[in-house]
This record gives sequence, structure tokens and C-alpha cells, in this order.
Amino acid sequence: MVKWTEEERCTIREVWEKVDVDEIGPQILTRVHIVYPWRETYFGTFGDIFTNTSILNNPKVAHHGKVVLRSIDKAVRIMDRIQETHAALSRLHYECVDPDNFKLLGDCITISIACKLKEALNPQVQAVWQKFLCAVVEAMNSQNK
Amino acid sequence: MTFGSAKDKEVVKAFWTKLAPKADDVGADALSRMLVVYPQTKTYFAHWKDLSPGSAPVKKHGKTIMGGVADAVGKIDDLTAGLLDLSELHAFTLRVDPANFKILSHNILVVLAIVFPNEFTPEVHVALDKFLGALSRALAEKYR
Repeated sequence: MVKWTEEERCTIREVWEKVDVDEIGPQILTRVHIVYPWRETYFGTFGDIFTNTSILNNPKVAHHGKVVLRSIDKAVRIMDRIQETHAALSRLHYECVDPDNFKLLGDCITISIACKLKEALNPQVQAVWQKFLCAVVEAMNSQNK
Repeated sequence: MTFGSAKDKEVVKAFWTKLAPKADDVGADALSRMLVVYPQTKTYFAHWKDLSPGSAPVKKHGKTIMGGVADAVGKIDDLTAGLLDLSELHAFTLRVDPANFKILSHNILVVLAIVFPNEFTPEVHVALDKFLGALSRALAEKYR
């Protein structure tokens, strides 16, 4: 289980307070689909996600972005039980999604948040935020073992 | 090492003209972040007096790194040949684990997102990610 200092908890919550799930969620998934297009494999039911224009305009991509961020919101609120609260999600993904993709998604989340927070995401804040994302990624891979 | 399509190269070169005036600051910030967020990378800089973000050695080396990236942009049509000397330096003298190239690349991308929040679109992101990946593979060419 990951241990958090009080300062780390504050830092993560301060970052998260600046994130509008409905605004940033679609941006993150759009970025993931454009930067890592092989993820198309996992989204066969999303319709046209084969060009940048179609990805940018795809409502299912936008919706899934919000779904992903709502699960991150849960992790922020229950930081001490991320593995437990994400066990069901991990089981849902484990036989169909290559685990490396969660790290790629994490990188895109950090970059999208960097666009929003700009200098407020200083090195120390980035370190804590990425520690948090590692915990979420580990939780998403927990049912693979 | 061939990199990307004609469009990818065009995107990288166009973005570089925006980035070039701020390259030194971008390099210093990316290196600062790497040392803080991935503390295991400090091992390569144990001889520096000060590894804190924005310190003099960090700024100087950030500038050196971005000088290398600028060189790579100029040699984008054949990164392997263009970066041979740098690859030998990293493989035989500096002995940097090539896994760290990806770590530094990630931090460069984070800084670009911060400094250019509107211009660092997904299309620019993918072209730069591919370019930094190709640059990293060219740097690792002489390792084995």
C-alpha cells in the first residue's frame, strides 16, 4: 500500500481541484488516441477513430475521457484504498488491455494537466502527481497477477 | 535511423522555430524535473555541487542537451549517422543507461506542454514524441 504524507495529499488535491473532468477528460482521451493510435484495438465499438479529425469529433472518445477521469477522482478522494476501490476496474480491463497502456495513459494525463496548470505544475508537484498516477496504474494492473 | 513521414518532419521543424528562443530554459526545466521526479537519475551527476532545480550546473547542462536536440533537428533525415559521435560518448564515456533517454524525453514533453499550452496539440505531441524516440534510438546505436 502506498503511504502518503499530509503534504503529498494536499498537493494531489490542489492539482485535482484545478481539473475540470468534463473539460480535460475528452482532451486526454483525444491525445491518447492520436499519440498512441494502436489503442484503436481496444475501442472497436467507438466508430470512426481512424483520423485526427474523427477522433476530435467522436462523442464516445469524449465520454470515455470523462469516465476515466471520474475513476481518478475516486482515487483522489480515497487515496489510502486505491487498489481496493479499483479492483473491479482492474478485473474488467485485465484480459483485454495490455498493461503498458495504463502507463501511456498516465503520461498523457500528466501532459494534459501540464497544459492546464502550466508553471503551477512545478518539479516537486509533478513528482507527487506522478507518484499518485503510479499508484493508480499499479491498481489497474493489480488483477493481472 | 529514419524518422517519420515528411509531415512529421515538417511539424518538428516548425515547432522547433518556436521553441529555439526558449530552448535553454526548456532544457534546464526538463533536466530539473528529471532529477526531482526520477531521483535515480541523480547518479549520473554525483560530481555536481548542486542538483537542485535551476542551479548553475543544471542550467548549463540543460543548454548542452538542447544544443544536441537542435543538432538532431538539423540532421533529421539521418539521425543515426548524424548522432554517431554523441552515441559513442553516451555509450563508452558517460555510460548512461539508455532507459533514461525516455525519462528525459517525457520531461521535455511536459515542459513543452507548460510553455506552449496552446501550440502543443496532440498532432505536435505525436510528432515530437516520435522524433525524441528516434533521437533516443540513434543515441543508443553504439551501445551494442
